[in-house]
Amino acid sequence: MPAPIRLRELIRTIRTARTQAEEREMIQKECAAIRSSFREEDNTYRCRNVAKLLYMHMLGYPAHFGQLECLKLIASQKFTDKRIGYLGAMLLLDERQDVHLLMTNCIKNDLNHSTQYVQGLALCTLGCMGSSEMCRDLAGEVEKLLKTSNSYLRKKAALCAVHVIRKVPELMEMFLPATKNLLNEKNHGVLHTSVVLLTEMCERSPDMLAHFRKVSLVPQLVRILKNLIMSGYSPEHDVSGISDPFLQVRILRLLRILGRNDDDSSEAMNDILAQVATNTETSKNVGNAILYETVLTIMDIKSESGLRVLAINILGRFLLNNDKNIRYVALTSLLKTVQTDHNAVQRHRSTIVDCLKDLDVSIKRRAMELSFALVNGNNVRGMMKELLYFLDSCEPEFKADCASGIFLAAEKYAPSKRWHIDTIMRVLTTAGSYVRDDAVPNLIQLITNSVEMHAYTVQRLYKAILGDYSQQPLVQVASWCIGEYGDLLVSGQCEEEEPIQVTEDEVLDILESVLISNMSASVTRGYALTAIMKLSTRFTCTVNRIKKVVSIYGSSIDVELQQRAVEYNALFKKYDHMRPALLERMPVMEKATTNGPTEIVQTNGETEPAALETKPPSTGLQPTSQANDLLDLLGGNDITPVIPTAPSSKPASAGGELLDLLGDLNLPGSPVSAPAPQISQPPFLLDGLSSQPLFNDIAAGIPSITAYSKNGLKIDFTFERSNTNPSVTVITIQASNSTELDMTDFVFQAAVPKTFQLQLLSPSSSVIPAFNSGTITQVIKVLNPQKQQLRMRIKLTYNHKGSAMQDLAEVNNFPPQSWQ
Amino acid sequence: MIKFFLMVNKQGQTRLSRYYEHVEIHKRTMLEAEVIKHCLSRSKDQCSFIEYKDFKLVYRQYAALFVVVGINETENEMAVYELIHNFVEVLDKYFSRVVSETFLLLNVGQELHG
Repeated sequence: MPAPIRLRELIRTIRTARTQAEEREMIQKECAAIRSSFREEDNTYRCRNVAKLLYMHMLGYPAHFGQLECLKLIASQKFTDKRIGYLGAMLLLDERQDVHLLMTNCIKNDLNHSTQYVQGLALCTLGCMGSSEMCRDLAGEVEKLLKTSNSYLRKKAALCAVHVIRKVPELMEMFLPATKNLLNEKNHGVLHTSVVLLTEMCERSPDMLAHFRKVSLVPQLVRILKNLIMSGYSPEHDVSGISDPFLQVRILRLLRILGRNDDDSSEAMNDILAQVATNTETSKNVGNAILYETVLTIMDIKSESGLRVLAINILGRFLLNNDKNIRYVALTSLLKTVQTDHNAVQRHRSTIVDCLKDLDVSIKRRAMELSFALVNGNNVRGMMKELLYFLDSCEPEFKADCASGIFLAAEKYAPSKRWHIDTIMRVLTTAGSYVRDDAVPNLIQLITNSVEMHAYTVQRLYKAILGDYSQQPLVQVASWCIGEYGDLLVSGQCEEEEPIQVTEDEVLDILESVLISNMSASVTRGYALTAIMKLSTRFTCTVNRIKKVVSIYGSSIDVELQQRAVEYNALFKKYDHMRPALLERMPVMEKATTNGPTEIVQTNGETEPAALETKPPSTGLQPTSQANDLLDLLGGNDITPVIPTAPSSKPASAGGELLDLLGDLNLPGSPVSAPAPQISQPPFLLDGLSSQPLFNDIAAGIPSITAYSKNGLKIDFTFERSNTNPSVTVITIQASNSTELDMTDFVFQAAVPKTFQLQLLSPSSSVIPAFNSGTITQVIKVLNPQKQQLRMRIKLTYNHKGSAMQDLAEVNNFPPQSWQ
Repeated sequence: MIKFFLMVNKQGQTRLSRYYEHVEIHKRTMLEAEVIKHCLSRSKDQCSFIEYKDFKLVYRQYAALFVVVGINETENEMAVYELIHNFVEVLDKYFSRVVSETFLLLNVGQELHG
């Protein structure tokens, strides 16, 4: 058989292949030749064949049949054979194949070989693919080699030890004694690998970390780093004028790990960090790489504030650099530090905002995230302008994130309601189709709550969808608003803007076209249909048209639309008397969580309003000092501090099969409202249903009582009972002030007996104006499962006539209908 | 931690690959193809770091050859960028000629050890 071709020949041949198919053919032919050669147990050319096999493996062709051959090569005595054999082992074998264990003995022998290069090969291979069994067997040998004086072997042994520790963490202690002298080497190779080994040990085990901190590793590292910086030009370690930057970066990283959360270590390294930061040359990329690592270290350890400011200034300088890589790196680090050093980062805000206009995608993304982190009450207008401009021009992959970020920031820092609505409108019109689905209910809630802006909002939304109704979230919000506030739209009253003349027919036209359009999603159609229905109570002349539209959809193919239409039809026919009440204007929705400056004063043992929705009631409550006050108040053992319950999301319903029908509807709004429990009812069909006073007052007129009247302060309780949940009583308190001076900082607290549960919602304000000219309202919900007689103790604190007043009282005159 | 080290030419042919983590062989070809696609689509004035899946790519172009290194978030990107250049310089010194694909190609065995 002719001698197998050399590797170079093979490569040349493959290069001549013009297509993938040709290449595959050549490789298959060669593979066949190699296989037959292996079968013949040919020793002389095995090395060559395995080399070719490895090349083919690198190109992506299977080469597993060469694994045993690699083992045979390793066992051979020739160095060239061993070299290819070990290489093959590293590339083709790993712990998933059973044959790899056969290597263990070979490696062991080679670790004790007389030639250092063979020992080096063995160490390399073990450090690359050694399995845990192999590592356990051979760890002792590695440790021995770690202590040898041969620096070539020492550095390889250190890297092998890193791998052993990763595979078998229990063996870490074994290498500990050897590490004592590792840093005393002059050879940079050994130093570098030793630092890697120490880093790995410190990262894996907190005990090791503590140990190294104690044996004053930090001063040693500082010394080495200092030598590196101060020493003159050394040709073997020089990279663009800096001496061994790779080692410097490694040492800085190890210092970072050692200094984290440790004051003493951090102090020991303050000087050297300052020195590196100021002395490193920044004209080349190498210098910047070292500065970057230094900045990361400074931010991570407990450094003094001067050093931190220096670090942020370095990052600021990076931002102005022309090199893209450096700007990217600077933006990434600023993002990490913006939480802790907010003010310092603010100084560079304008540069960051400029980066939004950069061409590079990664830089734009970083700049966007950082901009959102920097928005605050002062700069919100300017920042928003930039961000909206960015939203217009950015790539589609950013638009969703940008839109969500803008909504969040606008909610937190909006300077005025009109600005807020304008911003939302702008986002909806520019990136309407990228807005996330859960933004729609949030927006609707926001619009509902800004009562005075209703006319303005609906007008703008109407104008927006007149031209283009393809962006689903925009159309959904717009349909909902038109349905709610259509009467404002046609009456043409709008203070903020030039009112437009719209007739009822035009409004219905646009809603119908949304319904018909192919571009509308099924959800959007649902919105539109409901909006049309709501308009039947708000519009006067077009009710017949609405009836017609609704009855057409009674036979729609879409089940959702059909169900709605059928029920609305029923509303027209049989239940026409209920229609106005059902389709009444939505009340202002209560928000259980706040995202911004508005505070909810919870006075019953809980300080965080956000905890209301995240904590289940059982984990609720550690008595705060307020609750302790109440306990003092109450004295007796039968009364406990109140535990707030999560807001119940049951819409009240008056009886009737109509409402059962409606109650079964799976409204598209309701799954969305589940993750946002602050919306306590789906904002569509059950609009009127959820306004409890309407039904409950009709159903059960409970007399209101005066709970407290003293010193000019009068508190009235009005009651409502929920019919779906008879054990819930909703009490609305009204506090009024008949004296001639206002009462400020008014706080109402209440406690009930153990068998009850109480929930206090936020008060309307904390100031009671004088002369009965206004009141504070607050809602209390009482859960009374055992139907016991309602009793309550209340505590009032307020400031009046310049002095702080406080009073306790018990309320016993609850009417029987409120709790029976 | 460095995940892999690749040298790929503009046509997408792999000239050198070294993986430091286990990756299935057919996945490797897919990965290499995607990586080179990302690198080719970058223009000259964009930065050399690409975020790809859950790790980063640091790439550097030398004539018709791309050197790409995949790293995770613990690595200093700029130091790796320097490392790439250092490696290419070493190759250049060792083979004592201008670094071009052909020479890398023909000396694959020695480079894999390096």
